[in-house]
Amino acid sequence: MSVSHAADTEEYRAVFAGKVLEELQTILSRYPTKQAALLPALWVVQRERGWISDRNMAEVADALGITPASVKGVVTFYTMYHQHPVGRNFVQVCTTSPCNICGAEGVVKAFLEQTGAKDAGATSPDGKWTIIEVECLGACGFATPVLINDDFIENVTPDKVADLVKKYR
Amino acid sequence: MGYPHKPHLKETVVLSQYFGDADMRTYKGWVKRGGYEALAQALKMTPVEVIEVVKESGLRGRGGAGFPTGLKWSFMPKEKKQPHYLCVNADESEPGTFKDREIMRWTPHALLEGTAIAAHAIQAEVAYIYIRGEFTEPWTIMEKALAEANAAGVFGKIKIVLHRGAGAYICGEETALMNSIEGKRGNPRIKPPFPAAAGLFGMPTTINNVETLTAVPHILKKGAAWYKGLCLSNPKSTGTKLFSVCGHVKRPGNYEVTMGFPLKDLLYDMCGGVPAGRTLKACIPGGSSVPILNREETERTLLDYEGCVTAGTMLGSGGVIVFDDSADMVYQIMRLARFYAHESCAQCTQCREGTAWTTKIMERILAGQGKMQDLDLLLDLSENMTGKTICVLSDSCAAPVVSGIKKFKNEFEDYIAGRRKPMMVA
Repeated sequence: MSVSHAADTEEYRAVFAGKVLEELQTILSRYPTKQAALLPALWVVQRERGWISDRNMAEVADALGITPASVKGVVTFYTMYHQHPVGRNFVQVCTTSPCNICGAEGVVKAFLEQTGAKDAGATSPDGKWTIIEVECLGACGFATPVLINDDFIENVTPDKVADLVKKYR
Repeated sequence: MGYPHKPHLKETVVLSQYFGDADMRTYKGWVKRGGYEALAQALKMTPVEVIEVVKESGLRGRGGAGFPTGLKWSFMPKEKKQPHYLCVNADESEPGTFKDREIMRWTPHALLEGTAIAAHAIQAEVAYIYIRGEFTEPWTIMEKALAEANAAGVFGKIKIVLHRGAGAYICGEETALMNSIEGKRGNPRIKPPFPAAAGLFGMPTTINNVETLTAVPHILKKGAAWYKGLCLSNPKSTGTKLFSVCGHVKRPGNYEVTMGFPLKDLLYDMCGGVPAGRTLKACIPGGSSVPILNREETERTLLDYEGCVTAGTMLGSGGVIVFDDSADMVYQIMRLARFYAHESCAQCTQCREGTAWTTKIMERILAGQGKMQDLDLLLDLSENMTGKTICVLSDSCAAPVVSGIKKFKNEFEDYIAGRRKPMMVA
């Protein structure tokens, strides 16, 4: 399925400079190899830039002394790293079996309808919302769990979606 | 306790005693209730002495495999010639399981204390706690607790590092987790070498689950004999176990019971049974990777490692998924197969191709385009996906398919014969 992603409008600038570079040094001190700092370094890039571009991957590769290809291999392996810009609010709805039988599909539908994001994975025309279906979020007894950015919200039902959308808009 | 509900009389509350009590998240709150006493006690013992106590207690791994914890620790080199590492598996991602999340959310210091004791026992200078990326709240709580404990200097020479995952079920497999910490794709490694010989960064490594380590301080404080005495059925399964119950029950949540407890009582008494007017149809007792039980089997299963095997399934991680008569088993099994297809690391052919093919055949059946031969094809495919790959993800996909076809064949046949309306578009 092809989905429309928000455009990358920002000019490239290095992430690891000043305070953020100091943060990387602290991360490196926790591991015996530089490569082991890769996952945390990518988290820092995503926090600073919202997503991880090829240029950013090359920068991380340079900082850790590994190849850009191996960085890309890692970025593409893990589902939480964004390889495209995403909406300001990134919504992950669990739809694995235990949540499915408790009505998770209805939650996805409600989010898509109320945010204007057309399909799961697409970003709404106003750039504010990206809704995706994800596999097990590890809170099956609190169906349906939803992650909005870093906020983990339990027991979401379709009728609660309107209030959530209002809160984060 | 049956968090988020009040404790049930039939529960044996040890690990979950403080669930729901936010004061326990603080260093002060934990110490006030006797926290870090077990660690102080352990640091006065030799590593071998600590291992002996844990061995004697009968504690077995709570992540799924049920391997004896003390024995695992004893595989580490006695004479230390190179760095030793401890990995803590907090990558809880098995559908149906949400116990480690609650342990970290409510009693972060309990995990930190157990981690430090284990690190001492295996002579590790660094312990990495690998927390799945989606667990934002447990991460923040663990980070704060670790900073407080470090400020108090309780860990001595042991360094504890939190490492955040980034969305990959397979990283819960022990060697995939090690690759992930090393900054690589989470591909499981071929064994041998086993982690105790060459694990994280090629060094002797032990990996334990969150719930396993959280039990250790209790064992040191109250003694191996006390823990061993917590047993309702088979003496090889001791202690308490957290069961996460979800799906079609009135009161989903985490319940802690003594090993050997009847599954029936957990579902009907503690969780209040299935919603009014419905009947129990099926249950997966150990996370989505274990065979499905029908109602009759569910009602006679005892919850310990051996009891689940007798019932034709496995205790696994203790993630109990309940289905009532409104559940479409064909659709649910397809949904589980799709999960494994999504999470396959794609190293092994049997898994990469098998999980995707299984999903496609199941989708075809649900779209009303299945053939009767498809059931044999699914079983044949599952046979070729079991015991043939580097890790057990492939086997985990086959388990619900094989048990599902065996126990709910009529539902598959209804779709194939056109007796049930297709619920998917081809």
